[in-house]
Amino acid sequence: MAVINKMAKAGSVESNDILVMMSPGDGGIDLEIESIVYNQYGDDIKKTILDTLKEENITDVKVIINDKGALDFTIRARVKACIRRGSVQDV
Amino acid sequence: MNYLNNFNIDSIKVIDKSEYPTKGQKKNKVTENIDDLFKELNIKDGSVLSFHHHLRNGDHVTNLILKQVQKLGIKDITLVASSLFPTNKELIPLLKDGTIKNVVASYISGELAEAISHGELKGNIIMQSHGGRARSIANGELKIDVAFIASPSSDDKGNISGVNGINSCGSMGYAIADSMMSEKVVAVTDSLVEYPNYPTDITEDYVDHILLVDSIGLKSGIVSGTTQVTKDPIGLKIAKDTLKVMEASGLLKEGFSYQSGAGGISLAVTSFLRDYMLENDLKGGFASGGITGYLTDMLEEGLFESLYDVQCFDLEAIESLKKNPTHLRMSASQYGNPEVSAVVDNLDIVILGATEIDTDFNVNVMTGSHGMLMGGSGGHQDTAAGSKLSIIVSKLFSSRIPLIKDKVDVITTPGTTVDVLVTERGICVNPLRQDLIKQFNEAKLNVVDIKELKEYSEEIMGKAKPIEKTDRVIGISEYRDGKILDYIYEVK
Repeated sequence: MAVINKMAKAGSVESNDILVMMSPGDGGIDLEIESIVYNQYGDDIKKTILDTLKEENITDVKVIINDKGALDFTIRARVKACIRRGSVQDV
Repeated sequence: MNYLNNFNIDSIKVIDKSEYPTKGQKKNKVTENIDDLFKELNIKDGSVLSFHHHLRNGDHVTNLILKQVQKLGIKDITLVASSLFPTNKELIPLLKDGTIKNVVASYISGELAEAISHGELKGNIIMQSHGGRARSIANGELKIDVAFIASPSSDDKGNISGVNGINSCGSMGYAIADSMMSEKVVAVTDSLVEYPNYPTDITEDYVDHILLVDSIGLKSGIVSGTTQVTKDPIGLKIAKDTLKVMEASGLLKEGFSYQSGAGGISLAVTSFLRDYMLENDLKGGFASGGITGYLTDMLEEGLFESLYDVQCFDLEAIESLKKNPTHLRMSASQYGNPEVSAVVDNLDIVILGATEIDTDFNVNVMTGSHGMLMGGSGGHQDTAAGSKLSIIVSKLFSSRIPLIKDKVDVITTPGTTVDVLVTERGICVNPLRQDLIKQFNEAKLNVVDIKELKEYSEEIMGKAKPIEKTDRVIGISEYRDGKILDYIYEVK
């Protein structure tokens, strides 16, 4: 099980992209979403992020999202990249 | 002349010498005092005031005049503005205090548009096309009490020129019907020049008063911000495919006529068209619409015989209008009035944008993905109806905002007048145009069914939740002939 142990970010706030920011959680998943298409796709975006966190076995994280209309595969890729960056142990 | 049919013409009295005319100067038209001017104009509760948008987001005149109306406590004004821009957010308090009751416009964007979408108008908003606006003014359906004409220059008798003055805007096509039909006409200018001011866009015989102000606008806001060819490779692909569509249609022949909007993809189409015309030694007839430097270059290169210009989008267009005799001015009525002979009826090809399009090819360019007003027909309806081939260019995937829908939010242009949609994932042809489908298939273009393209885009993007609206109708989308196309609803 991966653990987010430091602040990390992935993505950008360009059109069609998404900025994902993660930091260590307080014992659960805390998700904040801001999106230009929140009214149309807010639930879809939330589901994609939670599904990806589950796949990666992340259960304790604070996630802040700034979405500029990214498609599902972009969201998944950015979430996964952010997990890699946030869970790397310092050596 | 009621004596024309009078058989006893000798019974009519000849005037007495005491009634003979005297020579003399007519009344001075110029004033710098807005309070004095308003005393003469007799604007009252419910008056209808008109403005044009040639100064676009740089315009100071609309806000200045309407704030004076507010100061005098006049209520329930109908604001007839050819377009309203973000700079007009200063008018939001005038909706709330009842100074402005109704709005009639062809395009509206910015915070004022959002306030109206949220139901801030006491009355209604009527959205017209450019040609529809000219029609309703010219035929007397829309009666204007006072037209305030933002004038880049005027002489002391009211000869207005759009190419002279520090805030020159070029052609003044959208103000012509207002100047001819309004009860009173006020030229508002910051540049009073020697008589006669020429070339004249609006002549002195139509102008009653001249209000001299410090500044009618801000030059930087007058030039539109959308006049650059797109650099986006997807946009460029769409533009290239659009050129193939034009070629396959068989309309690209000697003397053809052309119009495109000033959006990035549309300009790219114009740019590729130029290359094509040079390569194939092809010469067009006229290009029309809002004119950009891309078109004036093509005029000067001899690729087009003439330009019909209703409004200048950039400084190059204004310069060209000054110096090129084949760069012609046109009024909004000559451009697109459906009740008269109009330039759009002679158009072969028009390139247009779309915010949304449904599977019957109905187009929305009036409201955005949140259902809020953020545009309007402009010449969309007029050119789609008049042209032999109307092409919508748009990205299928753009920031997850769906392009193709089962039903568009507000119908701006009816699908019966829209022929082709070009996207990066294929070309859709209106089933009403079987002739084009045949031609495009012969040319081996990537023709796809619009319903299939919609399903494909929903597979990738997901199905969008419908925009939430209240049941309250706040206005209507009018067709160019005055018929009602659709309702505009208040946004939650």
